[in-house]
Amino acid sequence: MAAQSPSLPIQDEDSHLVTYPRFLWECVKISFDGGPLFYAWMTALTAIALVGANAWANQMAEGMVLTNMTDHVSWGLYIANFTFGVGLAAGAVMMVIPAYLYDDREMHDVVIVGELLAISAIIVSLAFVIVDMGRPDRLWHMIPGIGRFHWPISMLTWDVIVLNGYLLLNLHITGYMVYSRFIGKPLNRRWYIPFVFLSVVWAISIHTVTAFLYTGLGSRPFWNDAIIAPRFIASAFVTGPAFLIVALRLIRRIANLSIPDGAIDTLTSILRVTVWINLFLLTSEVFTQFYTGGTHAAAARYLYLGIEGKTALVPWIWTAIGLNLAAAILLVTPASRERRQGVLLACVLTFAGVWIEKGMGMIVPAFVPSTMHELVEYVPSLTEWKLTAGIWAVGIGIFTVSVKISAHVLTGRSGLGKRKEF
Amino acid sequence: MTDVTRRAAITGIGATLGAAAFAKAMEPIQKFTADLSLDQFLQQHYRELTPDEIEKVLRRIEEETLRDRGARVSVADDRPIPGVQFGYALNLSVCNGCRKCAEACHQENNHDRPSNQSYIRVFEMAQGSLDFEHANTTYDHAVPAPGKYYMPVQCLQCDDAPCVAVCPVEATWKEEDGIVVIDYDWCIGCRYCEAACPYHARRFNWTKPEIEASEINPDQGYLSNRVRPQGVVEKCHFCLHRTRRGKLPACAEACPTGARVFGNLLDPESPIRWVLDNKRVFVLKEELGTRPRFFYFFD
Repeated sequence: MAAQSPSLPIQDEDSHLVTYPRFLWECVKISFDGGPLFYAWMTALTAIALVGANAWANQMAEGMVLTNMTDHVSWGLYIANFTFGVGLAAGAVMMVIPAYLYDDREMHDVVIVGELLAISAIIVSLAFVIVDMGRPDRLWHMIPGIGRFHWPISMLTWDVIVLNGYLLLNLHITGYMVYSRFIGKPLNRRWYIPFVFLSVVWAISIHTVTAFLYTGLGSRPFWNDAIIAPRFIASAFVTGPAFLIVALRLIRRIANLSIPDGAIDTLTSILRVTVWINLFLLTSEVFTQFYTGGTHAAAARYLYLGIEGKTALVPWIWTAIGLNLAAAILLVTPASRERRQGVLLACVLTFAGVWIEKGMGMIVPAFVPSTMHELVEYVPSLTEWKLTAGIWAVGIGIFTVSVKISAHVLTGRSGLGKRKEF
Repeated sequence: MTDVTRRAAITGIGATLGAAAFAKAMEPIQKFTADLSLDQFLQQHYRELTPDEIEKVLRRIEEETLRDRGARVSVADDRPIPGVQFGYALNLSVCNGCRKCAEACHQENNHDRPSNQSYIRVFEMAQGSLDFEHANTTYDHAVPAPGKYYMPVQCLQCDDAPCVAVCPVEATWKEEDGIVVIDYDWCIGCRYCEAACPYHARRFNWTKPEIEASEINPDQGYLSNRVRPQGVVEKCHFCLHRTRRGKLPACAEACPTGARVFGNLLDPESPIRWVLDNKRVFVLKEELGTRPRFFYFFD
């Protein structure tokens, strides 16, 4: 490493004080610079985000009464999206594992897209928790030292630690890579390889801890079930690859970044297996609930069949099962599995399917019937939909901009040292 | 103009418009921030406040109640009495489902009027079943109805309370006399406790509670019946502003049938001890291991 330094434009470590602000400024410039398509895309996302911001401001002013949640169904669309977002963030690890654990060179070249997805999805998840809070002005009560952090007893404190830790890990890994490339310095393995391996374990932990939030509650038989953590991991490994396959194809077409076919093929192979594992775990759950029956299975009865004429979730869950099953069949049918459109369609179908299944289909039934067996249904309000759209728009915006910055810098279009190899 | 500067100008205008639109979109939040004083924002956890600081907080709440709601109230900070462990028992053979207890709670505890909130809900149960699947809280007919019996449910003040365990900020805890309380000024409104409670004992303030000044009970406690802020969780506190001064909870006082027996579990002469010693009592969902302090019995 040291032998190469004469060729580098930056040698003095202190000069990071100069180069890092320049790097940040360059990031800002790239974020605001692009073709008509980029401007149209970002303007649309900003508009949706503003609708969400306005909905949140109104919700803060008038109270959570603007949602359709009640004391019976006290968590709804926000926590559903939070759960799904954590899964998406964890699923991004399905690029990191082939790239680093199996030394897949082609995956290695584009692994940063997965890490950027992890960052965006975690930010989305954290935003959903914040908008679900009655008093976000008291968020500081959670900060250890200043507030009272109920660790290790409250599982929510564990989730705060793992989610923020995962965010920081991925910010470090991607930031280090892009910044090093920007100043034209070779990567020092010690500064990112240990973090990459830690992030693999950490990815599993974020979704396990998020499952434990629910499974640890004896009050809710629908959640108090050991299969939920494995189900979460399985469905995370569906949504992560599904999103990334579509994203990589779009990036290849729109951004000037070469995406090797091998990376997309690997993700497709993973998806082909995980969609079936996810369906298998769902089947195990359904069998146990329905064959046993009784009061314990009331929530499952409500979800899949409806109780006493109350059927708000029935169309949701059967749509989810239909979407996931269609995707699973598409991915193994010889006629469609070799066709790009077939795979892309499967990705979209199963992404939507899992969004329903582990969102509304996972959170709401735990509250219907409620702990004292009262049947109060829940359908999200317009405020909830606006906020949900707004947060996802912000997340997609962050993903777009961060991929754009990385593509610019990694292909050498921006940077201080114009070194070609990476 | 060169292409670069024109581009920069357009970007600049776009960013300015975006910022202005954001400010406009967020404008309604001022209604929330206007209600929030700096003292309120920076207030420490109840258990970290010195006696002087608590005194200031109590006076501030009184002033705010006068300013916001036009009601002159006194907010006290009653502490647990050494040697007292509160317990409650309810005689299901006697309860007739009149819901006087729920109504007394509504008034005593300054509940939101439009939602007719109360910490007590009375289940009309089918004779021959203890399963809440066959129960109903929204009955609207003369009581007691044939073939029915009535089971009022409120916070059971569990000794191993799931709500206390899950709270991420220790905004809820068990006091030395057994009452599970909430610091309404510390709760962040995440509602994890509401999900964790097996008895539907907790309520969230989905809106700022509405109550006429003339209907506000001026005799208030910091941890009990003061008018709650918007966006926080609340629940039954065994009327600690009464019971820690030797009075009965409002629900027990209001009960016309004598079904409710409240007292000090450590006092061998107390009626609650007599019930526990002589009746076959049970608790709700005993299998969950929450160890409630609220017992039911039949004669």
